[in-house]
Amino acid sequence: MRNAIRISCNRHNLKVVRDFVTAFLATYHLSDVLLNQLLVAVDEVVANLIIHANGEDDSQFLNLKLSVEDQTFTIEIEDGSSSSYQPSSYREPDLHEFIRLGKKGGVGMALVNRIMDRVEFATANNHNVCRLYKRLT
Amino acid sequence: MKVTQQASDGILTLILDGELDASSSVLLDTELTKPEILNNQKVLIDCQRLNYISSAGLGVFISHLQRFQDAGVKLVFFNMQDKVHNVFEILGLDALMTIVPSAAEATAI
Repeated sequence: MRNAIRISCNRHNLKVVRDFVTAFLATYHLSDVLLNQLLVAVDEVVANLIIHANGEDDSQFLNLKLSVEDQTFTIEIEDGSSSSYQPSSYREPDLHEFIRLGKKGGVGMALVNRIMDRVEFATANNHNVCRLYKRLT
Repeated sequence: MKVTQQASDGILTLILDGELDASSSVLLDTELTKPEILNNQKVLIDCQRLNYISSAGLGVFISHLQRFQDAGVKLVFFNMQDKVHNVFEILGLDALMTIVPSAAEATAI
């Protein structure tokens, strides 16, 4: 089973990534809800990197690597952009306020943090790496 | 993502077919932004064939909810798949938006 993919920073590749994760996880017979949660978490991080970190620049690429070890799903997303996400900047969204203001964005990382067991962001050798972990049982 | 519209007696039903992500949600946003949508008493969102929603899709609904409320237009979701409903639940949006099981209940609200 293919466990790595390289995509250009185009938002049309979000579907490519979801299909890739779905195919990789097919043998694990996850519930619809759990599989969908994993797709949402991966999609949110990849969308942020494509749209915000890389400004939808098709000449930039993300490398994704999946694994399942000891019943824990891990995805590693590597990005070469100069901007890196600062987890310390995260604030829990106030949905009443978002509705009042008509805000379109700002709930993606809340989904990631609530779905995944562990979320790591690191910068090394001019690359940003995000790792998401979720126990499957 | 495909959005089909059905209108009758002040009720507009938007039938969503496909996946709502950061790429496809633009189309839905365009539909909900049209000024004439506020001429309806209710806008019903048929989610039976909505197979996926990300924060971008949720954001479209969040961003229009107040505008609909201010205009007295009810926004009601129905026929939502469990996995999609679960994404609303994770954020607590199920408590802030009107989601009912069936078309009959959506129409009766």
